[in-house]
Amino acid sequence: MPKILAFVEQRGGVLKRTAGEVLGAARRLADGGGSGEVVAVLIGHDIAATLGAALGPLGADRVRALQHPSLAPYSGEAYARLLAAEAALAKPDLVLFPASAMGKDLAPRVAAVLGVGLASDCTALEAGAGGSGFAATRPVYAGKAQLKVGFAASPAMASLRPNVFTAPSAQPGRSAVVEAVTSDPGALRDAVQSLVLAASAKVDLTEADIVVTGGRGMKGPEHWGLIEGLAAALGAATGASRAVVDAGWRPHAEQVGQTGKTVSPSLYIACGVSGAIQHLAGMSSSRVIVAINKDPDAPIFKVADYGIVGDAFEVLPRLTEEFKKLKG
Amino acid sequence: MRIAVCIKRVPDTETKVRIAADGKSLEPSGVSYDLSPYDEYAVEEALRIKDAAGGTPEVVVLSAGVGDAATQIRKALAMGADRGILLKGDLPFSDASSAASALAGALKELGADLCLTGKQAIDDDGLQVPAYLAQALGWTLVSVVTKLELKDGKALAHRQVEGGHEVVEVPLPAVITCQKGLNTPRFASLPNIMKAKKKPLEEKALASAAPRLTVLGLALPPGRKAGRIVGQGPDAAPLLVKALHEEAKVV
Ligand SMILES: Cc1cc2nc3c(=O)[nH]c(=O)nc-3n(C[C@H](O)[C@H](O)[C@H](O)COP(=O)(O)OP(=O)(O)OC[C@H]3O[C@@H](n4cnc5c(N)ncnc54)[C@H](O)[C@@H]3O)c2cc1C
Repeated sequence: MPKILAFVEQRGGVLKRTAGEVLGAARRLADGGGSGEVVAVLIGHDIAATLGAALGPLGADRVRALQHPSLAPYSGEAYARLLAAEAALAKPDLVLFPASAMGKDLAPRVAAVLGVGLASDCTALEAGAGGSGFAATRPVYAGKAQLKVGFAASPAMASLRPNVFTAPSAQPGRSAVVEAVTSDPGALRDAVQSLVLAASAKVDLTEADIVVTGGRGMKGPEHWGLIEGLAAALGAATGASRAVVDAGWRPHAEQVGQTGKTVSPSLYIACGVSGAIQHLAGMSSSRVIVAINKDPDAPIFKVADYGIVGDAFEVLPRLTEEFKKLKG
Repeated sequence: MRIAVCIKRVPDTETKVRIAADGKSLEPSGVSYDLSPYDEYAVEEALRIKDAAGGTPEVVVLSAGVGDAATQIRKALAMGADRGILLKGDLPFSDASSAASALAGALKELGADLCLTGKQAIDDDGLQVPAYLAQALGWTLVSVVTKLELKDGKALAHRQVEGGHEVVEVPLPAVITCQKGLNTPRFASLPNIMKAKKKPLEEKALASAAPRLTVLGLALPPGRKAGRIVGQGPDAAPLLVKALHEEAKVV
């Protein structure tokens, strides 16, 4: 009967989509081990009443909402301190995080405080071998191989790659006990002074369900309207290859690949991207891959589910039009 | 002031991964190694801080792992770092705690005001040595940094998050992990490569710690099933949309 602590991410009082993914994975493992318990941990300010009730239907049995004004912005030090204390209190068998920007910062801090092992950015998690009774699978060598690890001691800790674990649909009938706890983290050394969000309200690459990427084949930043037009028709985020970023056509935050972001959307559309091994590293776990390239021998076609051989300058306007028709 | 930079020797990004006979590790034959790309940003940032301060801060490069990592330390020395420390030993793959405890021990002995690392090493992509290091040293930590300013014993850093960045201030000593965008690493000039051969590189045996993760297996990812070309040119667009809508059901 495993007990699982699941860190649920919120920013600015809004629950992240990964909440369902993490709670879903926790629920599955808890039930697989015979009526285990899932404790969701929310950290922030004034969040118990607004967000707590949403977590039962997603799989939590109990919600610990740790609240304090100083917890409204993320602080790695504060969040890690509180989570480590929660883990010491609850004595879970497993602690789960989303491998988001916040989770990737937080999980290793908690693991370091607790002195236990952490498997980062996992794509699969199962009950099984190893001291702690869990095994995690995670991409290594930029996705060119998959490493399976066990944990020497309890609790096991893992962060889950966004978009890989499917969130079960919410069960309105399920509810969780919500415990609002006033948690003063004490003196902090790291103060987030501000959160600066890019001017555009576009979807972030790593959170997007659809990504449209442009490569050097797009010939210049003045042609990005074609990429953005297609992305807008699909509600997608836009990405870029390193060649494009290095040329200064697009900011680094949009780079996909081994030295950029790793994405696993349900649909990835690569336009004028050759498909270098370092690019593939960042997107080959996407569910469906589409390539548009004028070179029929471009390596990107080897990983693509669907391809169009052709000039992106001719194909993209037409494709955008067709998607608009479909969405009607 | 002293700046420590922790670096790692990793298979270069062109590596075609093959699995060794033990089913748990990378087949090493034919693999060439390089400095992990994010670590280059860390080395460059240390050198920029040194240059801006008129050359007084000492930049010390540390690496834990196999003896051959001396090559990567020399690369950092050729970029301009002052000296290197190699903690030699066999570290279990992907177990951050062993590497971090070795590095933390050396850093305690060395003493530094700032420790720079890459945001992740591109072999195990483990994302955690810096956090273990900060914890073991009792230092502050800012990860995935794209802009860094040091002033009055404090570090002001931009940390990349979804859709933007956080501006974080921490007191020194701090561990800062570097992301692309922070700077453009310099190339080592030939004279500097020659000079680097004479810079001090101290070798020590590392004290191994009990691993917290155990490797159960390493495998190639499942291959993607073969795709198809739906057509040529713009007239293929409707076919693609149809396939994505009806077959793949993603739009
Ligand atoms: C250490 C290291 C790290 C790296 N990290 C990354 C990374 O994170 N991400 C990344 O992307 N790369 C990375 N790279 C670079 C990578 O090796 C490639 O150089 C890069 O991905 C190429 O970008 P590209 O596909 O846009 O350009 P190119 O390789 O130049 O490909 C352009 C493609 O566009 C096609 N094309 C041209 N005109 C048209 C047209 N009119 N219509 C349709 N198609 C057209 C061409 O046929 C070609 O296939 C890294 C390299 C190294 C050494």
